[in-house]
Amino acid sequence: MVNTVNEKNMEMKRDRQKKIREKLMFGLFTLCMLAVVIPTLLIIGFIVVKGIGTVNWSFLTEMPRMGMKEGGIFPAIVGTLYLVLGTIIFSLPLGVGAAIYLTEYAKQGRLTRLIRIAVLNLAGVPSVVYGLFGLGLFVFFMGFGSSILAGSLTLACLILPIIITTSEEAIKSVPDSYREASLALGASKWETIARVVLPLAIPGIMTGGILGIGRAAGETAPILLTVAAFFIPRLPGSVFDQVMALPYHLYIVSTQVPGMPESIKYGTALVLLGVVGVFFAFATIIRLKFKQMSHLD
Amino acid sequence: MKGILLSILTIVKPRGESVSPRKKLENSSWNLTKSYKNRIREFLIEKIIFILGITALLIMGLIFVFLIQTGIRLFEDVSLGQFLFGREWYPNATNARFGILPMIVGSIMVTMGAILISVPIGIGSAIFIAEVAPPKTKTVFKLTIEFLSAIPSVVLGFLGIVVLSNWVRISFNLSSGFTVLTGSIVIALMALPTIISVADDAIRALPGEYREASYALGASKWETIKNVLLPAASSGIIAGVMLGVGRAIGETMAVMMVMGNAVQIPSTYLESGRTLTATIAAEMGDTVRNGTHYNALFAIGVVLLIMTSVINTISEWVLHRAQREGK
Repeated sequence: MVNTVNEKNMEMKRDRQKKIREKLMFGLFTLCMLAVVIPTLLIIGFIVVKGIGTVNWSFLTEMPRMGMKEGGIFPAIVGTLYLVLGTIIFSLPLGVGAAIYLTEYAKQGRLTRLIRIAVLNLAGVPSVVYGLFGLGLFVFFMGFGSSILAGSLTLACLILPIIITTSEEAIKSVPDSYREASLALGASKWETIARVVLPLAIPGIMTGGILGIGRAAGETAPILLTVAAFFIPRLPGSVFDQVMALPYHLYIVSTQVPGMPESIKYGTALVLLGVVGVFFAFATIIRLKFKQMSHLD
Repeated sequence: MKGILLSILTIVKPRGESVSPRKKLENSSWNLTKSYKNRIREFLIEKIIFILGITALLIMGLIFVFLIQTGIRLFEDVSLGQFLFGREWYPNATNARFGILPMIVGSIMVTMGAILISVPIGIGSAIFIAEVAPPKTKTVFKLTIEFLSAIPSVVLGFLGIVVLSNWVRISFNLSSGFTVLTGSIVIALMALPTIISVADDAIRALPGEYREASYALGASKWETIKNVLLPAASSGIIAGVMLGVGRAIGETMAVMMVMGNAVQIPSTYLESGRTLTATIAAEMGDTVRNGTHYNALFAIGVVLLIMTSVINTISEWVLHRAQREGK
């Protein structure tokens, strides 16, 4: 009798210890999570608070003056817009086409496997290496010079793996029954893809595209080698011109120019973060909507 | 064993009869409606799509060709040993030296530092997201982490200069806050989203039976995580860590801005150091095309490309194996 009571006590004690240990560990995990989330929020908050005073209409639309120490960042904003536009033009058709090939046309085999390995590896190539590649191929070998064209092509290569993988996911998620129904109605394979599969996959493709573009807008190292100018007080006239760009401008004002007023640094950082944030928000909204829609299937 | 049997079965299965209903439909659509013209169109489109399909492969190939082709010319002037193990980097001196050992050490040190910081935090966060957090919290935290991965590295580098370096300087009582440690902290922040999302996927991909069986045996939630889920998800977690390492080695702007870039082999984490990536980005502007310095920077690119390719290939392989085991 005494024995069983003792055992029961022991068991309860062990249970309690177990519970305490579990609570401790879960508390530790929560701390880990907070160690990631809190700095992220602090980063965003810090830049917003410090930069908001600088960012106004004239900061966004005026040329830099006095060795960039006064005035706005208009050319850098325009440059980034041009670069982003060029990147979309090159990477979207290429990436979506590649995804269509991989999901709809490719046969299982060595070539397909090689392509997949290439896509995975491209995703891991450091951005500065893309810069070297763009410098070697587009700037010098193809003779585009340091230009919007060379920069856009380089950035397009950089975000290609993102676009391919997300488009592939989107196309794969279209149920096979849709394809079969279309084929049964006499549509050809391409007609099926163009009129049935792609329209259904567009939200997914757009999410990937926007995320990729957000990445391209923030990259510095590749454009440092292929397009970006330290300071040009005018807007580009053609695709063969150099431009200023937001991320490179932030790099310059925060490291290369002594005596740069703090307000311009924080203002530039906030505008850059804002551009990236807008892309991110769009991609997230489309993805959430898409998730709700896909319940219908 | 079962896998082998299955694969034999799929090979042995007679080819002729395995035409899927979809294939049949595709074939019959030719006969039913399609004229000669349409058939040409389909043929052309298929070829175009094929060309788009192999672009990724083409780009990967071109990257290797262009980097190696340019980088290899360095070795007309400098031996491979001098390049990889030389401790002196004076690219513009009359008696120029091109030793990248300090940069290799710098890259490895900053990556190791970043991994030491980010792995425990990352795995803890992944467990929190996968097993502990209530659904709403989970969504909010995941979004935050995704946004962290979207923040441009130059912004993090900027904050590294204005905030973190001061913090490091004051708390370690140094004369300059631009140290390898500063770089490690910034890079840890950038590697964390990769580690967390891959590890979280790996844990959540485990079959529900694992948890149920463990609970049925009387294990607590923590015991289940520790003794069942973490070991089962270990390949996926390792793959996530390796992908994070790849990201850390390749990171350029942030390390260039916060590490001080002194060409020296740092003896502690509280000294300035320089990475391979920063050298390329910082010095390319000073070079002449096809000069030795230019070629040397491309050769550094090749070294980086090889390092990241090896790391990524291994991690993809681990991940692939993990997925197959999961099934």
